[in-house]
Amino acid sequence: MFENLSARLEGAFKTLKGQGKITELNIAETVKEIRKALVEADVNYKIAKTFTDEVKAEALGQNVLTAVSPGQLMVKIVNDKLQELLGGSTSEINLNANPAIILIAGLQGSGKTTFSGKLSKFIKSKGRNVLLVAGDVYRPAAIDQLKVLGEQVGVEVYTEIENKNPVEIAQNAIKHAKSNGFNVVIVDTAGRLSVDEQMMTEIANVKKAVNPTEILFVVDSMTGQDAVNTAQAFNERLDFNGVVLTKLDGDTRGGAALSIKSVVNKPIKFVSMGEKMEALDVFHPDRMASRILGMGDIVSLVERAQEVFDQEEAERLQKKMSRNEFNFEDFLSQLQQIKKMGNIKDLMGMIPGVGKAIKDIDINDDAFKGIEAIIQSMTPEERRKPELMNGSRRKRIAIGSGQGVEEVNKLMKQFEEMRKMMKTMNKLQGAGRSMRGLPFRR
Amino acid sequence: MGLFNFFSKEKKAKLDQGLEKTKTSLLSRIGKALAGRSTVDDDFLDELEEILVSSDVGINTTLKIIERIQDRVSRDKYLGEAELNTLLREEITALLPEPEAHLSQDFNLPEVKRPYVIMVVGVNGVGKTTTIGKMAYQYKQKGYKVVLGAADTFRAAAVDQLKIWGTRVGVPVIEKGMNADPAAVAFEAVKEAIDQNADVCIIDTAGRLHNKVNLMNELSKIKRVMQKLTDGVPHEVLLVLDASTGQNAFEQAKQFTAATEVNALALTKLDGTAKGGVVIGVSEQFKTPVRYIGVGEAMEDLQVFNKHEFIDSLFSN
Repeated sequence: MFENLSARLEGAFKTLKGQGKITELNIAETVKEIRKALVEADVNYKIAKTFTDEVKAEALGQNVLTAVSPGQLMVKIVNDKLQELLGGSTSEINLNANPAIILIAGLQGSGKTTFSGKLSKFIKSKGRNVLLVAGDVYRPAAIDQLKVLGEQVGVEVYTEIENKNPVEIAQNAIKHAKSNGFNVVIVDTAGRLSVDEQMMTEIANVKKAVNPTEILFVVDSMTGQDAVNTAQAFNERLDFNGVVLTKLDGDTRGGAALSIKSVVNKPIKFVSMGEKMEALDVFHPDRMASRILGMGDIVSLVERAQEVFDQEEAERLQKKMSRNEFNFEDFLSQLQQIKKMGNIKDLMGMIPGVGKAIKDIDINDDAFKGIEAIIQSMTPEERRKPELMNGSRRKRIAIGSGQGVEEVNKLMKQFEEMRKMMKTMNKLQGAGRSMRGLPFRR
Repeated sequence: MGLFNFFSKEKKAKLDQGLEKTKTSLLSRIGKALAGRSTVDDDFLDELEEILVSSDVGINTTLKIIERIQDRVSRDKYLGEAELNTLLREEITALLPEPEAHLSQDFNLPEVKRPYVIMVVGVNGVGKTTTIGKMAYQYKQKGYKVVLGAADTFRAAAVDQLKIWGTRVGVPVIEKGMNADPAAVAFEAVKEAIDQNADVCIIDTAGRLHNKVNLMNELSKIKRVMQKLTDGVPHEVLLVLDASTGQNAFEQAKQFTAATEVNALALTKLDGTAKGGVVIGVSEQFKTPVRYIGVGEAMEDLQVFNKHEFIDSLFSN
């Protein structure tokens, strides 16, 4: 997601390559490039200026003589600075109240309702009893939207169709939560402009009335220079606890994240990146900084995999693999687990070195569809015993799945190779096997 | 409303009330930067750069404007504030594409075979459905017969949202429910519009991020399927941009244009603090005119963009 910014910074560092040490003269161009890259990435003009001034001051400082290469030194300085700007340490959502009340606020179209759905699923998966509250009484069908999402994730949605007063709705919802054993209440609200005095007063009143444990400001990661103004205005009225960055599965450079963090000094708690209800991540500033510099985000990937992969299922698979009994049924279930993890391109993008390489390649989320169709066209027996597959069976499966025979053959071959690889890996090492050898086609 | 401080009087009055946004508008900032200057020096250019970049105009467009001014100044020998004002106005005017002759400025439909079909596209959350509701209202006010097509069958309750707008404005909404094939809905809507002798048919589509190729292909398909009914549709492919969007708008314009040949832009949420300056660069680079601007929550709060009014308001005192 931040590939573009990484690419730009790498470009800026190039002009430093082959230089003996950093001087006022040879750094000038780099500093300008970094600043330009940041502004093009939608980092606020003034913040980009301050940032580059600090980078410059540090680069010209004590480390110059010991630097192995000026380029490496600059990477380190920029990385450190970015981390500092993004916030230093991880900050988790505060649910220490009963019920914990989370108020969601932001501009129109920033993605509040979708995020509310995702957050309810996220908190539910931690074993809490969550209630969603439909507090957007203005936008047509906003209540229906939340209801549909609630149904999708299996969370109750509190609505008052006739009531146009969000303060009352929130208060009633909390009463409802208390008497029905909900311990987390997520209050979705209408989108509002920071200059709309009446609407800003309204949400301030909601805050006063329900005294939220946590107020989250939701912001579109594609936001430009205005991010600073909006974040500041919402912060003045609500003194929110954290920021949520949405639509990060796009190709925005996401400079707004840097601007907001440095102007309101509130942690970014979540990043939201896709239309699936699982596509939500806790924000890790340290990882994000290295991600900006193109160092990948392997830790997030592993954690996401851990959340989704059913532990028992993984162990069962691992046993099968070690006995070389891995069959098409297992393969199918594994594919389905991967799909649950969200957008495949996002997952790949977290692997160091891959992010930039796949920037312009479209990885179809339906890439596994053909494979699934083929496996689903097999008889249960064929799935369990891949060795049964002969020419006529392959032909039948090809017709049944709407794929060519060559596609079926290719899958069989890939599958055999995978089995071989598993065998080798079994000999080589223990843990982590279930993640490997998956055929990301092409 | 910053950059786009150019509303008709009664609307302007309503919008200005209590907002005092003009204080930070591009106009007043440039005016301040210009005041009392007799030369174009680095200070002025730095200030101009900051003003433009802070309005999301973008580095490239900003540098282009500044370069042209430097050129002109060295050639024409800048004398005073008034001349510099004219000069800036000319340079920004030159960047914005001329409005198309057949698109008149007051929600009048051009002389083409009816129905005039408008397909509305854009990323998630920019305000497509709301803009369509407002368009339906404006065209209906003009006495046109309007049909809406609910081809956003993906986002939860999107069909309901459009149906509510349909009821509010009093125009029919063609729908096949959620999860229906959007191309089939679009086809049906255009067909209904033809059968009902409607003047204008507006197709809503699901918001999609422009880097998702399969979703962009789906848009191309929606367009192709409509063309099976009658040639030349959609007449207008309207890309909706959120005024608060930064430089990513360029990528949006690029990808949506590649998939659907966007020929008009709508800029929404200009009643906020966002300046929407990115539209200058986008409009220039893709030679796509801004057609509509969204300036508020009410049904009436959609206006046809007028380049000359825009420039006037930007530079008048």
